[in-house]
Amino acid sequence: MSNLQVSVYRYNPETDSAPYMQEFQVDTKGRDVMVLDVLHMMKEQDSGLAFRRSCREGVCGSDGMNMNGKNGLACITPLSDVVKNNKLTLRPLPGLPVIRDMVVDMGLFYKQYERIQPYLQNDTPAPAIERLQSPEERDKLDGLYECILCACCSTSCPSFWWNPEKFVGPAGLLQSYRFLADSRDTATSERLSNLEDPFSVFRCRGIMNCVAVCPKGLNPTRAIGKIREMLLADAT
Amino acid sequence: MVTNITSFGRSGLSDWLMQRVSAVILALYTVFIVAFLLFNPNLDYYTWSGLFSQTWMRIFSLLAFVALAAHAWIGLWTVTTDYLKSTRLRVGVQAVIILGIFVYLVWGIQILWGA
Repeated sequence: MSNLQVSVYRYNPETDSAPYMQEFQVDTKGRDVMVLDVLHMMKEQDSGLAFRRSCREGVCGSDGMNMNGKNGLACITPLSDVVKNNKLTLRPLPGLPVIRDMVVDMGLFYKQYERIQPYLQNDTPAPAIERLQSPEERDKLDGLYECILCACCSTSCPSFWWNPEKFVGPAGLLQSYRFLADSRDTATSERLSNLEDPFSVFRCRGIMNCVAVCPKGLNPTRAIGKIREMLLADAT
Repeated sequence: MVTNITSFGRSGLSDWLMQRVSAVILALYTVFIVAFLLFNPNLDYYTWSGLFSQTWMRIFSLLAFVALAAHAWIGLWTVTTDYLKSTRLRVGVQAVIILGIFVYLVWGIQILWGA
């Protein structure tokens, strides 16, 4: 078995005038390892290679990247899922400014997340113990709260590429609906009135790239549809 | 809060709803015209002008033209705000689109009630 051919995006703004692709030969000893393991093998060859990683088990969301054209988490993506013809091309998440190599500036992504006020708001007096939910009310949060904010979805979305400062993006909208759907949150109408402009929600064209790449199997397009339904019900 | 002054209804929700309502109107009009052509294989001028001399057909056609104008503006406004990043170029193209839609709409009305 020949070595895996890996092509990696390299850019160090302090020394490089432009980004370039660097070729690596990686000996995986025939094992079906994760893409993150391959990155570590490459870092042994060139210690200057920069990438983010933390938990290496698909929980922290640090190592979102573009692997052979598809966004995903390197730590839970086995080579057999992405490698074609023994070649692997790794690029940073598309559409965000590159700080160095595979490391991107997530500032715009977090700004949009902040804009949807991702915390419970309740203006009624706090009860003695806790705000209770029925099992049915709690069920509505399934498929929403699991998001780890890895940005794989938003950076695969053309609407977010073209208008990242106005369109909230699939990750932010999934979290927005997580609080709109929460029976304990009382800021529903304020939240909705912040979303009814032509960009924040409605720039979504429903192409479902977000659903195709989400490493947690979540469905932002469905959440966006639910937000539209709530806006429509609220305004007509 | 994201603001805008050039979108059709100044609100994403109203634009979105208008885009869907106008799409339904245009679909109905298209189906009707195609069916009319299929059921009149030897269509002549008198049948065609007879159809358009009926008041209900003029109302239906005007509704379709207005729906087309709104649909085109909402769609093309979205395209210009996605792809044209220079403000001068974007506003210029939007002005040309608006002018074109206006001309076509008035021309359509003139054809409907003119002949």
